[in-house]
Amino acid sequence: MRWAIAVHGGAGVPPSLPPEKRLPREAGLRHCLDVGIAALQARNHPLDVVELVVRELENHPYFNAGRGSVLTSRGTIEMEASIMDGKTMKCGAVSGLSTVVNPVSLARLVMEKTPHIYLAFDGAEAFAREQGVETVEMSHFITPGNIERLKQAQEAGRVQIDHTQPDDAVADGDGRIGTVGCVAVDNEGNLAAATSTGGMVNKMVGRIGDTPVIGAGTYANHLCAVSATGIGEAIIRGTVARDVAALMEFKGISLEEVAAYVMDRVPPDTTGLIAVSSTGEVAMPFNTPGMFRACATEDGYSEIAIWDSPSK
Amino acid sequence: MGGWAIAVHGGAGVDPNLPKERQEEAKRLLTRCLDIGISALRSNLPAIDVVELVVRELETDPLFNSGRGSALTEKGTVEMEASIMDGPKRRCGAVSGLTTVKNPVSLARLVMDKTPHSYLAFAGAEEFARTQGVELVDNGYFITEDNVGMLKLAKEANSILFDYRVPTLGTCCIGVGAALESPIQMNGLPISVYAPETVGCVVVDKEGRCAAATSTGGLMNKMNGRIGDSPLIGSGTYACELVGVSCTGEGEAIIRSTLAREVAAVMEYKGLNLQEAVDNVIKYRLDEGKAGVIAVSKNGEVACGFNTTGMFRGCATEDGFREVGVW
Repeated sequence: MRWAIAVHGGAGVPPSLPPEKRLPREAGLRHCLDVGIAALQARNHPLDVVELVVRELENHPYFNAGRGSVLTSRGTIEMEASIMDGKTMKCGAVSGLSTVVNPVSLARLVMEKTPHIYLAFDGAEAFAREQGVETVEMSHFITPGNIERLKQAQEAGRVQIDHTQPDDAVADGDGRIGTVGCVAVDNEGNLAAATSTGGMVNKMVGRIGDTPVIGAGTYANHLCAVSATGIGEAIIRGTVARDVAALMEFKGISLEEVAAYVMDRVPPDTTGLIAVSSTGEVAMPFNTPGMFRACATEDGYSEIAIWDSPSK
Repeated sequence: MGGWAIAVHGGAGVDPNLPKERQEEAKRLLTRCLDIGISALRSNLPAIDVVELVVRELETDPLFNSGRGSALTEKGTVEMEASIMDGPKRRCGAVSGLTTVKNPVSLARLVMDKTPHSYLAFAGAEEFARTQGVELVDNGYFITEDNVGMLKLAKEANSILFDYRVPTLGTCCIGVGAALESPIQMNGLPISVYAPETVGCVVVDKEGRCAAATSTGGLMNKMNGRIGDSPLIGSGTYACELVGVSCTGEGEAIIRSTLAREVAAVMEYKGLNLQEAVDNVIKYRLDEGKAGVIAVSKNGEVACGFNTTGMFRGCATEDGFREVGVW
């Protein structure tokens, strides 16, 4: 069995994305992929690997997670994340965080340090303080780009799922910045997945998306690990991450085929996902104009891409 | 084949020593809810309206763990959650962290119908409730004396409890010590001090439309902010073209196995019929977990399954089948 890793930075990227928006994100993906590869090569457990990589993505201000999260209708930050271990099927999730620097790590602590799976809002923030994780003022997470995005969305009377419409004449053309996620398998076939996000631009305060919902945005079992991105409401309704795993189990077909099958069943322009299987297969399908993604496998293959063809 | 069908539940996991009068009380409530649902179905109300109606009734009655009568958090407060799903287009709505909304399932329905979102929680959900003009009450309304007593015992046992009913005879309470001798356990606790009592309803109407809804106060002595399986689509609740499902029991087990979705998945991908699907997920999907499931199919069938000692439930179909049970 061989290790494999995939990373995403969100589905839905307008073809018009200018280089000054594209390059930092590609560089970010490359960096996070390298961090993940090094961790796998050093024989770290996939659960540690996905947490590590997603922490990097959260810290990166150009992705919609942690710092760089999109804003609610009130201009505030509400972050959410989840993590799942394929072998034990233990999972952890958090929502409504506004001061925790690394939501994915708090999700892991919920999994490991509480009898619960999911903590949210004030309760989650209180738990963070009890655990002594790094917390900062909410302003730390807010970037000028996101203030602008919120303004545009409110002017247009729109709730954006990290995206603008493909042909929207948005001045900076980069409305589509997405949720982040990582899936990994080591060479013993252990699998893990993690996803993290700031949610949707201009979302209602208190809105929870697919990211912290086990089975929707994140899932892992002994067959595969999945992280999804896109329109949260569609991913929840489609139980996307779980469906990939269910189909692998029930249909016994390849990961690639399963992923394509699941994509067929969600509405167009709503969803993207990354998945790895216990045998080291990788799939990164999406039905949006693009998806920030990267992957690598032990046999030396690696790829960083946004639209259909790899761009290295 | 065809015709309407309905099932309701009041939680999986019942103390075998539960006094007769408590069992009868539960059966009376389940019967009443079943009747409300059946009457609504006979008046041609669509499935989605019927599940909401029935779950509202369960929330309003203080007997089970939802709405009034909800289990208490570690702080002695109530935080409720619920979800609802409409099979035909798989529209869904969910809420968590409610403290003043009299009927959580109805707010979940409003999230589904009146917002671009699927899930609202805590302060944001409460605020939404205010804008919608739903009935709001003080948190104290939901708290019952029984549950205050349970929380105290739970803290003494220093454990998480789903909810439980300690058999009471007059003013005498069985203490934790005696309770801990009970051999049956759920979520690490003896069954005599635990009973989940989440509520739910699944319905298929005459047009073959399925719907499901689940509502709960959650785990006794839970951490504030804790979310369980009930509001999570695919775990506690699921409905699609084929089936409507509501689950209850150990939240972690239900989430890890995405139990509600699983019923539909084995029907879709393995071609099992409804009862086979319910039996299959209970048998194979829960590992060490304990849970119960109620489900209806678009063909007018109804099925229940549980690997716990008992599940408060009731079901009925248009052709006259009817059953209310605890064991």
